[in-house]
Parts: sequence; C-alpha cells; structure tokens
Amino acid sequence: MTAAIEVRGVAKRYGAVQALAGIDLEVRRGEIFGLLGPNGAGKTTLISILAGLARADAGAVRVLGHDVVADYRAARRLLGVVPQELVFDPFFTVRETLALQSGYYGLRDNRAWIGEVMRNLDLTDKADANMRALSGGMKRRVLVAQALVHRPPVIVLDEPTAGVDVELRQGLWQFVRRLNREGHTIVLTTHYLDEAEQLCDRIAMLKGGRIVALDTTANLVRRHHALYLRVRLDGPLPGELAARALDAEGGMHTFRLEDGAGLEPMLAAFRRAGRRTLEVEVARPDLEEVFVQIMRGER
Amino acid sequence: MSGAGGESSRPAAAARSAALAGLATLLYKELLRFWKVAFQTVAAPILTTLLYLLIFGHVLEGNVRVYDRLSYTAFLVPGLVMMSMLQNAFANSSSSLIQSKVTGNIVFVLLPPLSYVEFFAAYVAAAVVRGLAVGAGALAVTLPFAPLGVAHPLWAMLFALVGTATLGAMGVLAGIWAEKFDQLAGFQNFVIVPFTFLAGVFYSIHSLPAFWQQVSRFNPFFYMVDGFRYGFHGVSDVAPLASLGVTGAFLALLSAVTLALLKSGYRLRQ
Ligand SMILES: Nc1ncnc2c1ncn2[C@@H]1O[C@H](COP(=O)(O)OP(=O)(O)OP(=O)(O)O)[C@@H](O)[C@H]1O
Ligand SMILES: [Mg+2]
Repeated sequence: MTAAIEVRGVAKRYGAVQALAGIDLEVRRGEIFGLLGPNGAGKTTLISILAGLARADAGAVRVLGHDVVADYRAARRLLGVVPQELVFDPFFTVRETLALQSGYYGLRDNRAWIGEVMRNLDLTDKADANMRALSGGMKRRVLVAQALVHRPPVIVLDEPTAGVDVELRQGLWQFVRRLNREGHTIVLTTHYLDEAEQLCDRIAMLKGGRIVALDTTANLVRRHHALYLRVRLDGPLPGELAARALDAEGGMHTFRLEDGAGLEPMLAAFRRAGRRTLEVEVARPDLEEVFVQIMRGER
Repeated sequence: MSGAGGESSRPAAAARSAALAGLATLLYKELLRFWKVAFQTVAAPILTTLLYLLIFGHVLEGNVRVYDRLSYTAFLVPGLVMMSMLQNAFANSSSSLIQSKVTGNIVFVLLPPLSYVEFFAAYVAAAVVRGLAVGAGALAVTLPFAPLGVAHPLWAMLFALVGTATLGAMGVLAGIWAEKFDQLAGFQNFVIVPFTFLAGVFYSIHSLPAFWQQVSRFNPFFYMVDGFRYGFHGVSDVAPLASLGVTGAFLALLSAVTLALLKSGYRLRQ
C-alpha cells in the first residue's frame, strides 16, 4: 500500500542554517504520526516542503504516491495543512474564508460540508463574524476548518494547540481522533509531549534537521528501561543510599534504576539498613523524559 | 463527517474545470478584496482625477492648445483617466500581494492546487477590473467638464485593457519582489508615479524639446496614454498600431519575467 507520506533524503538549507539534513520517513495510511523536536529542529520546514510552501534542496516527498513538485495538483488536493502561524485575512468573515478556500480547490458548491465543518469546530455562531473580531483560539479553529474544506485524506497540523486553552485543546484532539477514526491520516507537531504520547501511533523526533528517533510511541517509551522508584521509609535514609537518591519530596525518596532487575537489591538494601518501606511507587519514564534523554544524546 | 476523499485520478476534463474554478475563486477573492473597500480603492482615485482636471484645466485652459483644434481640458481627460487606471491596476495586485505576504495569509493561496499561471492570471485580471472600474468612474465624473466624443471606442478599450494588464503584471512583479511595505512604496513613488506623470498626460510630447521627445519614447506608459487618447480624439503623437505593438511587447516581456519568477518560487515558495 502506498504510504500516506513518503519523505526521501530531504535536505534544506537557509543561508548558513542547515534546517533539514537528510530526512527519510514514511507515514502510513490511517495512522496518527507525531513530529517532535525542540524549537528550530526543522518540523515546520519539513511540513512546508511537504505542502509545497518551500522547495527542498535535495530529496523527494510524495503524498499518497504523488510527488509534491512534479504532481503538485494531485498532492495538494490530498493534503490539508494547518499552519503554525496564526494567519488570517482580515477582509473576510469566517464563512467567506471557508467558501474561498474551498473554491481554490475547485469545489463549487460546498456549503453543506462547510456548515458541517463549522459545526464540528464550534464556529457556527461566528460564521458571519469578521476574522479580525475572533479570539486567537477561534482563529486557530478557522485554520483547522480551512484545512478540511476539501476533505483531504492526509491532514497535517503544525502545533495546533499552541496558545489554546485546555478545553479547546481537548476538543481539538478529540476531533483529530475522530478524523483519524474516519480514515484520515494525521501528522501533527506539538510541544505538549503528554498529548503526543496519548495520541500518536508513531513518533519521529527531530533535532538539528535530523531524525534522532523514529518508532512507535510504545516502543520509544519502552526503549528506556530506566525505572523510577519512589519510597517512603520509616526512618531517614542510610548514608550510602542517600547519595543515590535523586530527590526527596514530601518524605518520598526517588531512585533511578537501570531496569526492573535493580528493584530487588534496593529493597534488600533498605532491609539491611533496618528500614521498613511504608509506601512504594515504581514509574516508567514518560515520553517527556525519553524526549529529554534523546535530545541530550543519551539512548 | 464522512471519510477521506478518494485519490483516484479524475478525468482530465474534470481536473481542468476544477483548475478553472480555482482561478475564478482567486479572481473573485481579489475583486471582493478591493470592492469591500471601494471607497478607498475606487472612489478616492476618481476624486483625485477630478481634482487634477479641475486644477490643471482651470490653470492651463486657454493658455495651451494641443493638436491645434483640441481644448486643453479635452486633451487632458483621456490622459488623466488612463493615468488613474494604470496606477490603480498596479496598486491592486501589488498591495494585495504584499499584504498577504506580510500578514502571512498568502499560504491560503499557496496551499491549494493552483498553478503559477492561474495565480498570475487571477491577480492580473483583478487589476484590470479595478483599473477599468476606476477608469469608468473617472470618465463619468470628468465628462461634464469636457464633453468629448469617442472617435475609436475599440482602440480606447484595447489600450485600456493592455495598459491595465501591463500594470497589473507589474504589480504582481513588485508584489512578489517587495518584502516590506516601504519597498513597495518606493517602487510606486520612484517608478510608477514618475513614469505615469511623464507619459504625456499633461502635454503632447511634440511640445517638448527634441531631446525630451526622444526620452519620452523610452517610456512604455507614454504609448498607453497616447494610444488611449487616440481612441477619443483620433489624433496621437504615435500611430496607434505602433503604440499597441510597443505596449503589447512590453506586456509580453513583463509577463514572461513575472511568470518565470513565479515558476521558480522566488520569494513565495523559498
Ligand atoms: N524562511 C526561513 N529563512 C531562514 N531560516 C529559516 C527559515 N525558516 C526556518 N528557518 C530556520 O530553519 C531552522 C528550522 O526551523 P523550523 O521552523 O523548521 O523549526 P521548527 O522545528 O518548526 O521549530 P518550532 O518548534 O520553533 O516551530 C531554524 O533554525 C530556523 O531558524
Ligand atoms: Mg515550527
């Protein structure tokens, strides 16, 4: 089956900055794919190349098999992009904005679908308001609606929840999940790693224009065997153990274990020191910790 | 919501019609954009034209005769109308593009499957419509002051079309080149305004010293004004067909350059 998105050897330089230094990846059909990385990692650059907003210096990108340069008409029709920047045209109302956007794709009478998209994004009340008069979160929703007017099978959202309140953020992710269930492939970027962890089937982590990790979300989290052990003891920590503790918050001491096998020796050490464990918690690192470690260059 | 759209390649005819609808939508958006603020984009330039006519006509009427038989005001009207058409055609495409670039909403027209030719055609066509709207209005308000016949309406129309299209194309070029409003204002103040003012709007170049007559012949706008005036008065400094040739060649050159830049993605798809 053709990949939803296929990126092959894509490189892009802006003056002295190597924004992308050879990216290869495939987004499978029907998945939710996360593109993560610190500021300046190259996420938006990659999306711009995918969307035809920028040209790659080298390499090729295909959307459902259609090259984004050679076969740009087909590629763009299959793609809906929510840009990172909160842009809008102050000359128009929400409804006009959506009708125009749909017209650019050659869709003549698209009112029913536009109405449905507006309903789904809670924009119906604001349909005839000028874009200028909308709050930031509403403008963001219009951007999402604009990306959907032509019913693209592949949807790319570049930080759709930046500067968006909790309620809208949850609403937006619910909507994204629903689009995904209905068969749309989703690519998203976000700096909220908990959201990425919950949503994404697979994740690529970018750093300095390179992919530094690419795997299923579950594997990425699992790959880091380290466990965190948090214990409350019936007395102070013995000296040799105190040196290993990461922190002690509210009487709970935290230790980092290389893997599950490290657990038993710790408990034994407490017993040897004559301490009783009153409370125990073992936690896997979450995606955020994995992210931090990968970005530091640890594996 | 229903599922994802199909990806099978549609018949060529449907694709062509979709592309045409895309172009038509961009044109419509460009028209809507100036029409929503018609007070500034149409009414204001019409008023400016009227003021020029009243002031220059008043000062110079009776002192200057052109082509022996024309009153100065009658001579002035077509030139003024053409000047305002040209300036407004330029303003339409250039200001729309720079605004979209600076505010970032240019992505809305870069994301859809529009070709660079469709993009160019829509902006130029909207500039032509704005130019013609201003021209029609300017003609309507100046006519009471200088009743004039239209000797060759087809010539007048042809020059109005080619002239506004040329300036529309120039506006696209300036709009994609400029990265800030200042740069565009510079282009407007140092290229468009002087070249339109010195295009023989206020005088026949035959009244100029020989050297300046020659210089005027290097100004493409001169041929647009001269040809347009021929449409009204049936007299001109240069034969209308020659003027049309020069103007048409200039339009072709400008379009070729602009299309090549658009195709390369210059400053739009970096
Ligand atoms: N148009 C441009 N001109 C010059 N440099 C650019 C341009 N666009 C991006 N860059 C540079 O390329 C690098 C990658 O930028 P990009 O916007 O792709 O990062 P990002 O991963 O999207 O970051 P963020 O999380 O902040 O959105 C950065 O160093 C940036 O400064
Ligand atoms: Mg970005």
